[in-house]
Amino acid sequence: MNARSSTTEKVAPTVSIQTPSPASDNFRSVLRDRRTIIGSVITGVVLLIAIFGPLFAPHAVDAYVGSPFAGPSASTPLGVDVLGQDVLSRVLNGGRTIVWMSLVASALGVIGGVLLGMIAGFVRGFVGEIIMRGCEIWMALPMIIFILIIIALFGRAPWLLVLLVALGHVPQVTRVIYGAVLDVSQREYVESAVASGSRVFETARTHILPSLVPVVMVEFGLRVVWSVGMLAGLALLGLGVAPPAADWGLMINENRGGLSAQPLAILIPLALITLFAVGVNLITEGVGRSLGLAEGTTK
Amino acid sequence: MALTVDHDAFRTSPGNGASRNGAWLRYRWIGGRLLFAIVTLLVVTFVLFMATTVLPGDAAALIAGKSATPETVALIRERLGLDRPPLEQYFSWLGGVFRGDFGVSLISGRPVSTALVPALGNSLILLVLASVIGLPLAALIGIFAAAKPGGVGDWLANILSVVLSAIPDFVIAIFLIFLFATGVFVVLPAVSFVPGGSSPLAYPAVLVLPVLTLVFTSLPYLSRLMRASVVEELSSEYVAMAELKGLTRRKVLVKHALRNALVPGIQGAGLTVGFLLGGTVILEFLFSYPGIGLLMVQAVGQRDVPTMLAVAFVTTAFFVLINLLADIATMLATPKLRTS
Repeated sequence: MNARSSTTEKVAPTVSIQTPSPASDNFRSVLRDRRTIIGSVITGVVLLIAIFGPLFAPHAVDAYVGSPFAGPSASTPLGVDVLGQDVLSRVLNGGRTIVWMSLVASALGVIGGVLLGMIAGFVRGFVGEIIMRGCEIWMALPMIIFILIIIALFGRAPWLLVLLVALGHVPQVTRVIYGAVLDVSQREYVESAVASGSRVFETARTHILPSLVPVVMVEFGLRVVWSVGMLAGLALLGLGVAPPAADWGLMINENRGGLSAQPLAILIPLALITLFAVGVNLITEGVGRSLGLAEGTTK
Repeated sequence: MALTVDHDAFRTSPGNGASRNGAWLRYRWIGGRLLFAIVTLLVVTFVLFMATTVLPGDAAALIAGKSATPETVALIRERLGLDRPPLEQYFSWLGGVFRGDFGVSLISGRPVSTALVPALGNSLILLVLASVIGLPLAALIGIFAAAKPGGVGDWLANILSVVLSAIPDFVIAIFLIFLFATGVFVVLPAVSFVPGGSSPLAYPAVLVLPVLTLVFTSLPYLSRLMRASVVEELSSEYVAMAELKGLTRRKVLVKHALRNALVPGIQGAGLTVGFLLGGTVILEFLFSYPGIGLLMVQAVGQRDVPTMLAVAFVTTAFFVLINLLADIATMLATPKLRTS
């Protein structure tokens, strides 16, 4: 999920849910899945660095510690960046922004998408049609173009970036949830529940919502991956998190000119961003496979 | 990543209609898609245009600069037509677009189209090259993976897609730059220097890394989609029947299953190309490649509203057009939808 392209965005996945089996079994198999385990370890390490890193930073993020693009030394193990700041300290401090922003943006996007998707799936008719057509229209504009225009007009406050990325998630999540609701509600056990007189909301609560849980979990994972790409990409353009804050994406932007002289200043933040996205994607893949979200791959 | 093309679009297609004149239904369906494409363009541009006029960040104040007197700002507003009602401004902008006139750049003072047209051409060069290489490659990977589900090739393709789909495109780009341009080997340019007025095609070396990056980003989605599609076809009854009649799996795959399996790939390819377009923004910035992505980033830095709107219009139009073509191609390739 490079964002729409990772910013190469990827597309609304259509998931079809297989026959439900006991939930506990499913969740146990999630924990046994190799992808989940490897993904959790990778993601865990990145989260630890992002959360506790600042406690171990030897220098202030904006302290001048050596000549620009100087290589590693005893006091600056990862060398010095373009402004003479310690790369290690900035790496240790630079993860918090992208972690919280990508998680919150994904959560907001998924909540919005789940609400709209359920409304469209349950109400259908004219309202459903409007929602789904609206999503289709919304997805025709490359999200990065939309975000850049809004940033140009309103500035780049972190909460605004989070909101914009969340807005980018909404149509994709809506489509997936809509598809899942239709899929579940056409199943025999749901149809028979309706036929035997359960009320609509009762049916939704007891039969449909539980089936949506795995779909929502997988969607959230995919959205985090997408958010990381988009937020880091914006920072890389110099249009995300503003200096002098330390941020992995921003570090790539700042040190672009030193790729041959001081590659560590770029490659380390780049590696951490990548590990975060790949780790979350592995977990998502593991969860999706174990909970039986078919994609033609579960043969 | 559970990526399967969604066939919602066809729910209202001729396939569901009563057995009336097939051709007429087909035209009506194409007409409907075309109409929706136009509505999409109008809605998107309307929303963006209103955002730029109604909301703060006044273009006139911006051009005039912070120290400008209110009179100067008012004069500029009048010259730009910003004193007219927003709706009127939108329709006059839209009218201009139909004549190929996207207004005047707030920064250069020249028509937006003089910068837009060559930039668009340059971006299309990247997109066409990446599509010509990436789309068939992705399809092949998917088909090979599906030919033997659970085999080594399938396993490799899966790892590739899970990892590659999570890696942001700029990571791939920087890695390639480091590998081939600045760090390990120094054989390709890291920056796409193209003298003004000439085409990047005259400097093929600058195209290699950006195109390669786009190819990598296009692989995971389409290869997975093709794999799923082929697996589904191979598990259908007619394949089992053909195998019972003694055809080898390879023959069945090549002669029967592939044709049907490629159909969902058409829409998948359309979406992929659309997404590659969005991906060019960051890539062109990284490589300083003179396309619409770089134009957009520069316009954002300078708050050049007419240029931004023009880029938004052409990218949306491109996305809509590609997907419309993919829809029509899919319909033509699907006998069920074609005749009914």
